[in-house]
Amino acid sequence: MIKLSHIKKVYDTPSGSLQALKDISLTVEDGDIYGIIGLSGAGKSTLVRCINMLERPTEGTVEIDGQDLTKMNEAQLRSVRKNIGMIFQQFNLLSSATVYENVAFPLKLSGMAKKDIEKKVMPLLKLVGLEQKARQYPSQLSGGQKQRVGIARALASDPSILLCDEATSALDPQTTQSILRLIKKINEELGITVVIITHEMQVIKDICTKVAVIDHGVIAEKGSVIEVFMNPQQAITHEFISVLLSDELPSAFRQQPVSAEPVEDGYLLLRLTFLGESADEPVIMQLIKNAPNVDVSILFGDLDQIQTVPYGRMIIGLKGDAQKVKEAEKWLGEQDVKVGVIGYVKRHDAAVD
Amino acid sequence: MSSDMTLLLIKSLGQTLYMVSISMIIAAVIGIPLGILLVTTAKGQILECVAFNRIIAGLVNAVRSIPFIILMVAIIPFTRSIVGTSIGTTAAMVPLTLAAIPFIGRQVENSIKEVPYGLIEAALSLGATPLQIIKHVLLPEALSSIISQLTTVVIGLIGASAMAGTIGGGGVGDLAIRYGYQRFRPDIMLITVIILVVVVQLVQFIGNYIAARLNKK
Repeated sequence: MIKLSHIKKVYDTPSGSLQALKDISLTVEDGDIYGIIGLSGAGKSTLVRCINMLERPTEGTVEIDGQDLTKMNEAQLRSVRKNIGMIFQQFNLLSSATVYENVAFPLKLSGMAKKDIEKKVMPLLKLVGLEQKARQYPSQLSGGQKQRVGIARALASDPSILLCDEATSALDPQTTQSILRLIKKINEELGITVVIITHEMQVIKDICTKVAVIDHGVIAEKGSVIEVFMNPQQAITHEFISVLLSDELPSAFRQQPVSAEPVEDGYLLLRLTFLGESADEPVIMQLIKNAPNVDVSILFGDLDQIQTVPYGRMIIGLKGDAQKVKEAEKWLGEQDVKVGVIGYVKRHDAAVD
Repeated sequence: MSSDMTLLLIKSLGQTLYMVSISMIIAAVIGIPLGILLVTTAKGQILECVAFNRIIAGLVNAVRSIPFIILMVAIIPFTRSIVGTSIGTTAAMVPLTLAAIPFIGRQVENSIKEVPYGLIEAALSLGATPLQIIKHVLLPEALSSIISQLTTVVIGLIGASAMAGTIGGGGVGDLAIRYGYQRFRPDIMLITVIILVVVVQLVQFIGNYIAARLNKK
């Protein structure tokens, strides 16, 4: 378990002191894939470096399995760090060493015998799918392959924690997916706790179980990924999610006045969110059956997955007798689906779509 | 050209190679660690010790600012205390070495500074000690560049060794001055220049070759 309590980090710069982290507390349970998302400059890279004390927090404590790292000297920290693997955006491989030598590097640091090193390195290269590349140099590899070497190197000393600092930010989308799958596999098969720093909500959605949104050195919001996606509380979280899940109104309704009261010839726009089982329920069909006098238009629809949980979003418009529309809305509210009311909007006259 | 002259040329070339190679080896043994310290004791580095860093950087600048010909005569007492004499080829090696040490220090400093900080960070995250980082990260990663820089230093030393005649050090440069210039022998002047050009080309070629072989980027 990683427990960060009231972490503060202040940098002294020529133009005064800069508070990179202001009172951050969070707990990562064993086996979690914990995502920390923030814009550049939000302090997330500093935060992840506080976990292995590459950056010493100005205030606060960092506990790993009950041991307080902030009270340790350098020698003690070095032995703790062997239990915390780390991978980087720029891979940080030794360019003068082969793939094999790079993975063997942490073992060489520990003074392991050559024979034992080989027994350790080859299975790791196999795990990351690079056993054919053992004798090559990093400059001969693609970005994704370099990150695989980074992962194998981070795993060489059998850590129980893996820190990923923007590990996929320098990679293309397909390669990102394959690296994320590998990290997930490591988490599941080796039981390694993973902390992921990223600025991409896609990464959080794909593999994280929990997420903390960090903004200007404070945690804006944290919780399980599904909760945060379903019910974002903060504007910054909305922003991150909307990059991934666009839910703009169709052009016919955009820039039209939205009213809380029924307007003549207007639609009641509702935002529906389905999660898990409910994503499979024929809710819209039942709605149409239940409210035969109400026109139901589907204006936007999207079905996605948060890891393995199906997740559907829809914007529908209800039109008809004001009372009937109200009843239909009420009925929907009783179903196993989250309903958000956008309001009554009149369709743009000139709209032709 | 008479066979005496040929012998003299060979002897001078031998003196140059002797002065430059021994000075270079001794200077490298001291200058490379100096370069490493110049980088690693700076602020925010793995062996941070700012006061020490300022002192060695100041010493390096001080020695480097003295023109070689002045350094050579200024340290005669020091030279005598080290090699027992202030005249001759061996005596010339003391100022050559002394001049080369800070030169190598700065060049090695530049090479090591080129190693991305991310590599140091990665090694720290793996639990490496500062010495392990120097041995397994900084030196191997900078090696190709260090070789290129040392090549420059060798060529600089060959140039500086021409002044060794001032204290009776001999060498090809001295031969050019004493015979080619002072005794009006353009043929000797020409041949010494050719020899120096060939030696420098050869050194540069070998340096480039080794640096390229070591570079895996």
